[in-house]
Amino acid sequence: MTVNKNYIHSFCTIQKNTVFLNGEVVFTTEENSFADFSKKVYKHFEINYPKFFKMDNLSKLAFLGAELLLTAADENSAENNTALVFANKSSSLDTDVKYQSSISDSEDYYPSPAVFVYTLPNICLGEISIKHQLKSENSFFIFADYEPEFMENYCNILLENQKADRVLCGWVEYYNEEYKAFLCLVDKKGETEHNHEQLKKLYNK
Amino acid sequence: MIKEVFITETNCITPIGFDVAVNIKNIGKAVSGIQLQNNPKLLNTPFYAAVINDAELDLAFAKVTSAEGYSRLEKMMILALEPIIKKSNIDLNERTAFILSTTKGNVTALENQENIDPAYLNVLAKKVADFFGFKNEPIVVSNACVSGILAVSVAKRLIQANLYDNVFVVAGDEVSKFVLSGFNSFQAMSNLPCKPYSVNRTGVSLGEATAAVLVSSNKENAKIKIIGDGSINDANHISGPSRTGEGLYRSIQSALAEAKIDSNQIDYISAHGTATPYNDEMEAIALNRLGLENVPVNSFKGYYGHTLGASGLLETVIGIESVNQNTLFTSLGFDTIGVSQSIKVIEKKENADIRYFLKTASGFGGCNTAVLFEKVN
Repeated sequence: MTVNKNYIHSFCTIQKNTVFLNGEVVFTTEENSFADFSKKVYKHFEINYPKFFKMDNLSKLAFLGAELLLTAADENSAENNTALVFANKSSSLDTDVKYQSSISDSEDYYPSPAVFVYTLPNICLGEISIKHQLKSENSFFIFADYEPEFMENYCNILLENQKADRVLCGWVEYYNEEYKAFLCLVDKKGETEHNHEQLKKLYNK
Repeated sequence: MIKEVFITETNCITPIGFDVAVNIKNIGKAVSGIQLQNNPKLLNTPFYAAVINDAELDLAFAKVTSAEGYSRLEKMMILALEPIIKKSNIDLNERTAFILSTTKGNVTALENQENIDPAYLNVLAKKVADFFGFKNEPIVVSNACVSGILAVSVAKRLIQANLYDNVFVVAGDEVSKFVLSGFNSFQAMSNLPCKPYSVNRTGVSLGEATAAVLVSSNKENAKIKIIGDGSINDANHISGPSRTGEGLYRSIQSALAEAKIDSNQIDYISAHGTATPYNDEMEAIALNRLGLENVPVNSFKGYYGHTLGASGLLETVIGIESVNQNTLFTSLGFDTIGVSQSIKVIEKKENADIRYFLKTASGFGGCNTAVLFEKVN
């Protein structure tokens, strides 16, 4: 269906205590936990957003990736119809397990609304939307593995149908200290063509 | 030319019926599935919820298959899909997709710490997909309480992009200790059967259900046409709706623009109406901003409770019957209007010509979805 080509404006990967922006290492450290690593990333990039510290790990991961790509791109963009299309394997399971432990023992029963709200994978889309004031299309998908063809297709649909001007899309997986974020900002203009071969290559880089 | 997309088959499994006809009959008689539950395994105090009877579920499942090892939710999903897959007689080949939408899936599997694999949504989807033999990898939509209606929008978009000819969509969620305790911790549960849009509403009654539809490019057997959709975030708060209804307002606008119709052409709205003070108020504001205050609107939560990710698809299935039977169903639980801006809540079942039908939903994370449908002749 795609008549017009779309392009990868920029991309970032966060995994194994390292942040890559457009394929280059921009931050790396040695930490034992994602909590410590994510705090270091927050400080290194001089992010000033105290709400970050109440987020669960999946939201922190997605938020940091979005921060790197949207902050740079927004400086010369007045219009902000940037859709969010995210996917992962473990949904919000990391927080689900944490919440479950708060209700499994009737003698030690302490369900917290502040934890419960993060037992939804799409909360990370809400966090990014609030920070960047994206009143835009958003959707969260679950797949067994990263699905570059689906991501390519769905981004193109949003751009072709004028549902969005740009799409921030990608994979944000977090479970039990194992994590990987791979996000792309897809635009109608650019140099790197947006297609599934390219997405697969960049994801595996 | 943009491809036309239709819903050609529907089904639902709910506490008030295991097919669409029985559900409609009960809704017509104002029968609610919400009952007082006294089940300390789920919640230590009695609570109102719409729950499917286990024995009835097992009996119905045994009529379909002798296979074992399926969870309650999986049985409910298989029962919703089975008759429409059979009736449609469509090859489950590369041109047929399967979308499963849910908020919490098999979250009860977390109670068994030895093996939490069934709690993975892709595992749930694969299990249901393999029961029927879908060739494509399942697509799971998990976007809080808009999941079921967002799945319809996704199916329509994938067909329009010519990636598939047919998409089977199932949506489902069950009443669980996990979700009950969470809504309870938010103090969002009603101490009576929920009362959407009423002045004395105090919160949700939870419910469980599954619904399934076939979304198709083939007009033959079309029950309704999907003509526009939008899913736009409030960008306001993760656990409360926008006070201006911004995301819902924009989602409806996006659907209207795509359908190329004006808001004054909409004949009927099946809204979200969870009966929490903030949700219902937000919806009333968004509808007024679009000049939709005089369009008949109902919430089906008074019959089913809030079935989370299932609700959007279940209420679409019932809404399609409203359109085709030219009937506006009572918004059960409503008495005195309790939102600050007037809306036309359906107080009594009545006949009406319905050409354009709007379905909306909103959820945690600030998400909203609106889908517009048009009657087919």
